[in-house]
Amino acid sequence: MKAESNLEKVLAAGHFAVTAELGPPKSAEVEVIAAKAGYLKGKVDAVNITDNQTAIVRMSSIAAGVLARQAGVEPVIQITCRDRNRIAIQSDVLGAYALGVRNILCLTGDHQSFGNHRGAKNVFDLDSIQLIDALKGMRDGKIFLCGEEIRNSKTSPVVEPKIFIGAAANPFGDPFEFRVIRLAKKIKAGADFIQTQCIYDMERFEEWMRQVRERGLHKQVKILAGLTPLKSVGMAKYMRDSVAGLSVPDYYIRRLEGVKDKAAEGIKICVEQIKRLREIEGVAGIHLMAIEWEKMVPQIVEEAGLLPRPVLN
Amino acid sequence: MITAVQKPFGEIYSMVQGVPRLLVLGCGTCVTVCMAGGEKEAGILASALRLANREKGVSMEVETDTIERQCDREFFDPVREKVEKADAVLSMACGVGVQFCSEVFAGKRVLPALNTRFYGTTEQQGVWAERCAGCGNCVLDRFGGVCPVARCSKSLLNGPCGGSQNGMCEVDPKNLQCGWQLIYDRLKLLGLLHLLEENQPARDWSTGRDGGPGKIVREDMVLDS
Repeated sequence: MKAESNLEKVLAAGHFAVTAELGPPKSAEVEVIAAKAGYLKGKVDAVNITDNQTAIVRMSSIAAGVLARQAGVEPVIQITCRDRNRIAIQSDVLGAYALGVRNILCLTGDHQSFGNHRGAKNVFDLDSIQLIDALKGMRDGKIFLCGEEIRNSKTSPVVEPKIFIGAAANPFGDPFEFRVIRLAKKIKAGADFIQTQCIYDMERFEEWMRQVRERGLHKQVKILAGLTPLKSVGMAKYMRDSVAGLSVPDYYIRRLEGVKDKAAEGIKICVEQIKRLREIEGVAGIHLMAIEWEKMVPQIVEEAGLLPRPVLN
Repeated sequence: MITAVQKPFGEIYSMVQGVPRLLVLGCGTCVTVCMAGGEKEAGILASALRLANREKGVSMEVETDTIERQCDREFFDPVREKVEKADAVLSMACGVGVQFCSEVFAGKRVLPALNTRFYGTTEQQGVWAERCAGCGNCVLDRFGGVCPVARCSKSLLNGPCGGSQNGMCEVDPKNLQCGWQLIYDRLKLLGLLHLLEENQPARDWSTGRDGGPGKIVREDMVLDS
């Protein structure tokens, strides 16, 4: 065991893992976190806490993650390279670990031109692969990126942050041939688990997984397939047309158009996708990104036959 | 070259208010090539200023001249007299030229007519694009001659983010090519795709702007004073 997080234990024991996502509030409204955590508690193995996603200012992912932990869900803290340099990131990793965080997902970060502070200066001192490398160095090498040991003084003990290291993969970005190479680089850097971009184009995902297996990468890392349930036709079209690196096949849109209760159909599609994903060799679990729809996660997990969640010590 | 674009006329015009005698000083090198601050542009800007003055009844003497370069001391000699006579210089050089002009003529107010943009090339008539970020530690050998620092919106060294779609960057999908698609295509053409499998470690940015304002001292070239 590297970090002894619940997520690590579930994956190590060979269970089909389930993670979800919790977006911190765009305010200091603490109650939002407790409410969202309440939906997810006991229904998933860990919950990602997003880090100012789409470059919109929200409550800090570490603070929200600690609050979520207090509310009974295990956090996966997201850290992006957009807003912090290597000094701030390593400092935050020490702080997050001290507060009980055991899983961190390393991301490049959305460009600030998408957010609500478009004139901001970005950082990108590290890229996501170098961030993974930094976390692995801290955990396994017990050193900072500069090479110094992680100890308070020469006579102090070495106390390193033991983090289960996650990374993202986008099977739908371009150049397509590079996508598996990039995954291999993330594994080489030290990623323990992968969460993918949300999947709608199942054929392309299966082709990507075939390339993953061809390189034997599925045996070196735990891959959680990303899913976002569709709430409406409008949302499906938005995902198809406006989100870079996403393709939503028209047959899903037609299915939603053909029914009265769009949300129920969206959930049904999501459950079908989970069943199909479970058949794919090398898929170790799912990551449910129910955007501002966290309350539907229990139903999806239930209908997919993934309850109860394993309880491991 | 260093590329630049002219500031909006309104901004320039309000900058020069209250200057009785103004020298519009063009620069004959980079900004001439990118058609922002050469002899021709200096002439046009001077005319526009005179016209605006006439319209508004402002009394201002507008003189114009252009020198070869505003980033080297010796080129200022031919305009020394004109500069002395003027109350302010409206420099049409890049930011380097503006600052150096005011160093050469300490005590003279030097104003910028341009917004300096980047180190770039002329992609086609009327289109200039960035190629180099001046990071001080060239990595072009590893990326098939396409710079990830300058040409990826996030300066990523280990491959494209998820926002690369159909060869374009998500920051501006209509106009901006994904630097990593260009790197990939070039390395493929060169038969060097294996270079992309190597993990690039965190880099030392101190050779560039993060090391403080840059300075090069060549001991072998420095004249003893």
